[in-house]
Amino acid sequence: MMPINYYIMLAMALFSIGIIGVLTRRNAIIIFMCIELMLNAVNLLLVAFSKLHYGRVAAFSPEATTGTEAQLFVFFIMVVAAAEVSVGLAIIVMMYRNIHSVDVNFLNRLKH
Amino acid sequence: MNITQILFWSLSALAIIGALMMVSNKNPIYSMLWLIVVFFAISGHYILLNAQFLAVVNIIVYAGAIMVLFLFVIMLMNLNADNEPQKNKWLKFAGVISGGSLLLIVVAALRQSQEMAAQQVNLTGGKIGLIHNLGQVLFRDYVLPFEISSILFLSAMVGAVVIGKKGD
Repeated sequence: MMPINYYIMLAMALFSIGIIGVLTRRNAIIIFMCIELMLNAVNLLLVAFSKLHYGRVAAFSPEATTGTEAQLFVFFIMVVAAAEVSVGLAIIVMMYRNIHSVDVNFLNRLKH
Repeated sequence: MNITQILFWSLSALAIIGALMMVSNKNPIYSMLWLIVVFFAISGHYILLNAQFLAVVNIIVYAGAIMVLFLFVIMLMNLNADNEPQKNKWLKFAGVISGGSLLLIVVAALRQSQEMAAQQVNLTGGKIGLIHNLGQVLFRDYVLPFEISSILFLSAMVGAVVIGKKGD
């Protein structure tokens, strides 16, 4: 048994590190990786809450399947993340081909 | 302190150290390798929570597919620490302060709440994370989102090819 607070704090720490990375780095690929880190922190929290609610219901009915939806949402978040990464990396490659850099500060005018 | 708690704390420490190293490393390749360490630590957390299907999918999709994609792109561009653009010092400072204050506010609010402190996560018990139960629910109640996600994948693939195509 683990208090849910520990999981919330861990996921929040990972999420904040991701936010700090997005705010402090200028390399577009690293910003993208920080977004993946934030998605993973949210996934971890969803699974922890799913087990929390399962444990609460399973005390009364052992056959309960409460909390399955949360784990399926994590699965769908992974699906969306994979699609997002493929398009995002294609955009970064195209940007590198046009301006020969992955510095996001060169993109502030949204044209080259 | 039993074995579950030892595993929880060591995996948490590994995840946070990996995340910090990822953000602070100058070289994008080392940064990506640290991110893989974070993904493995999070998969360890999933196994600890008895969500075995998600643990395996996390390793296959994130550490396998997505990170290989990142690695290819980084190596294609020949990025290294020398030509890494740097933000100025004050912007970095402001970013760390704003991210840290978000963490501070959430942790402070969490420590004040009495009802959250009593909630315990049942770690080892339960079969909801196993593939039998997840497959039943996925293909019975969530079959339409599942099919729509395949269309999403198709459009992402077409989009990546169209965007990445040379010349236009």
